[in-house]
Amino acid sequence: MPTAPAGTLYRGREGMWSWVAHRVTGVLIFFFLLVHVLDTALVRVSPEAYNAVIGTYQTPIMGLGEVGLVAAIVFHAFNGIRIALVDFWAKGPKYHRLMLWIVIGLCVVTMAGFLPRHLMNVFGGA
Amino acid sequence: MSTQTSIPTPRSPYVRRKTTRGNYELYSWVFMRASGVLLVVLVFGHLFVNLMVGDGVKAIDFAFVGGKWASPFWQMWDLAMLWLAMIHGTNGVRTIINDYAQRDVTRGVLKGLLLLAFTFTVVLGTLVIFTFDPCPADAPAQLLASFCTA
Repeated sequence: MPTAPAGTLYRGREGMWSWVAHRVTGVLIFFFLLVHVLDTALVRVSPEAYNAVIGTYQTPIMGLGEVGLVAAIVFHAFNGIRIALVDFWAKGPKYHRLMLWIVIGLCVVTMAGFLPRHLMNVFGGA
Repeated sequence: MSTQTSIPTPRSPYVRRKTTRGNYELYSWVFMRASGVLLVVLVFGHLFVNLMVGDGVKAIDFAFVGGKWASPFWQMWDLAMLWLAMIHGTNGVRTIINDYAQRDVTRGVLKGLLLLAFTFTVVLGTLVIFTFDPCPADAPAQLLASFCTA
């Protein structure tokens, strides 16, 4: 019975999964950025055209999409700082796992600040 | 039997070969970290002002954009964010294409499309920021920022 290789330092652990998550969130943010420049460019067409498209960003479904987008950006931002620290800080490689848990903690705190406000804006009446 | 045998050096000593391809990948690596730190500030500021202050996403309309881009501060903020984010993101996707697209043709086509998307988006975004008119003459006044009618 073949068994999965054990005892690797990197594969299948915090280092690998944070790398995967950094790639996935990065690609998501990049494609949103392309769309976001296009929708903003509608201000050069007419106020009506811009308002019509930006109105779709204010619907409940897109509101939830914005939660996912902000969560992806927040993770990519904090994990990016972690990557820079691993590269430039002498003790970075030693503490890279601890730093990932700090990144996740900071993401939770940031989303806890963002979520109530954003959900009230999207789902709150008026 | 104590004759010393002299063994000639088998080959010339190791000399680090001078790279012939320049330091492009090094600069790209440094750029990702430097622009990343700046983008954390620019993007978090952008998200805070547009999604957290006031009524957040519900308050965004043409007049809101007009109000922001009437100020050179936000024009420069958004211009820096556009350029840094596009170069940072394009370089990241370039790395991913290099990693996963194994056939030369596939890799070439994908990177060609990426360059096209990059050029189009950066040129369009830059033109929009600099040619934007917050108070177009033929638009209904209620859709415009309040300073247009003042």
